[in-house]
Amino acid sequence: MSTATALDTKRLAMHAKRKRVNAVALTLSLAAMAFGLFWLLWILFETVRLGVGGLALATFTEMTPPPMAETGGLANAIFGTVMMVGLATLLGTPIGVLAGVYLAEYGQKTWLGSTVRFINDILLSAPSIVVGLFIYAVVVAKMKSFSGYAGILALALIVIPVVIRTTENMLSLIPNALREAAYALGTPKWKVIMSVTLKSARAGVLTGILLALARISGETAPLLFTALSNQFWTSDLGAPMASLPVTIFKFAMSPYENWQKLAWAGVFIITIGVLLLNILARVLFKNKH
Amino acid sequence: MDAKVDMPITERAKLSVKNLNFYYGNFHALKNINLDIPEKKVTAFIGPSGCGKSTLLRTLNRMFELYPEQRAEGQILLDGDDILASKDDVSLVRAKIGMVFQKPTPFPMSIYDNIAFGVRLFETLPRVEMDERVEWALKKAALWGEVKDKLNQSGSGLSGGQQQRLCIARGIAIKPEILLLDEPCSALDPISTGKIEELIHELKADYTVAIVTHNMQQAARCSDYTAYMYLGDLIEFGPTAELFMKPKRKDTEDYITGRFG
Repeated sequence: MSTATALDTKRLAMHAKRKRVNAVALTLSLAAMAFGLFWLLWILFETVRLGVGGLALATFTEMTPPPMAETGGLANAIFGTVMMVGLATLLGTPIGVLAGVYLAEYGQKTWLGSTVRFINDILLSAPSIVVGLFIYAVVVAKMKSFSGYAGILALALIVIPVVIRTTENMLSLIPNALREAAYALGTPKWKVIMSVTLKSARAGVLTGILLALARISGETAPLLFTALSNQFWTSDLGAPMASLPVTIFKFAMSPYENWQKLAWAGVFIITIGVLLLNILARVLFKNKH
Repeated sequence: MDAKVDMPITERAKLSVKNLNFYYGNFHALKNINLDIPEKKVTAFIGPSGCGKSTLLRTLNRMFELYPEQRAEGQILLDGDDILASKDDVSLVRAKIGMVFQKPTPFPMSIYDNIAFGVRLFETLPRVEMDERVEWALKKAALWGEVKDKLNQSGSGLSGGQQQRLCIARGIAIKPEILLLDEPCSALDPISTGKIEELIHELKADYTVAIVTHNMQQAARCSDYTAYMYLGDLIEFGPTAELFMKPKRKDTEDYITGRFG
């Protein structure tokens, strides 16, 4: 009987200690979360406050103005960003998904597979300015002109490793039992991948593509030496092209008030654009399943 | 161990395993297996974990070929033709020998498409015939009544037992000749297990069934022939009633009585 009571006391003591440790850990986690959220909300708040102020119909219809002009907008920069980000995603996604499929389904343990995986990880963590300079050296310097094409290539080079990584990871999460079940029906390998594994992993793969898209929407460095910028409207990809991030960079650093206002409007547009794309993708995906 | 086992089987052998050896890398997992799986009967494989019963099942439809470090030597005759030496594409072998796995594996598509998927691989059917085939397979698998109003919903929304019957229906839909069941009830509750056992009983009218099970009562309940395996050897093989009532070998008896208590 006395041993049982001793055990009870010990249990209570341990339990109390666990509760204390739990309270400390919970407080620390909450504090860390609050710290992170504080800055995030502040950034969002400032973006909205200053961005909405600079926003007008003219922002979407007029070209980037000269300093101290009365009117002006970001139409050419918005168009350039949509164009270059869109085409870079279209170019990078199939390459990234196909390479990810190769790594996960064909070359898991092969020499080629591990080499590609290793190099891809390096590319994934390469600073984007390196990518910009690389495209400058191999495309812009050769063609003797800044161009939308060069910008697209630089952005695509950032998309590819992100998409490869997420596609491979998402496919590796698919249990082998599902693959075997498909093979057991006599399904050829390409069909197993297309109809079963890639389909099961599509939410994850899509998330990867969106992450890449969100990342390049705000990339400035790779565009500085490639697409450069353009004061005027152009849909000619062979010519220098304006983009929101480069315009923001240029305008925000300037002493002119109208430029600074437009820079904030640009920041707001990028933020909302990426947010809307994410929400849209989620809604579309939910309806499908 | 000498694998010469008495085979008091008078039925026609649908699948004939001859001198089969199987290796996982250097590990010798199946040792000189010889047995005949009779046509339109249920053959059960029992034995403790790691005895090679699932491995044997996975050689019968060449599933092991997905993994380069696994290899099989010997012969597996399907109606007299060696499927291991066959030059035909492995898909054609697997279309004749269906398989259902331990855990339910519905494909990420609707219930209807889960069934139609396999059929479309080998046949181009007009819509009406495809509808009939799907209904036929689901009825065979005793699932039609539960899903007929939600064929367009995702297969993963079904319960575990329903998912497993969906997988069986999917296997039947392509009209194989043999059905391999790898512990099909181990993840299921007793009611679902009961349904699947009934199903196995009905399936043998049309199909040759081979089932791996951990559950000896299940083997006793639903099989006509039983093979007892241990450490990669086939210890005893014979009519189920005989193997359970008066096993010829001491090892078999120990295993069976040990479990029955």
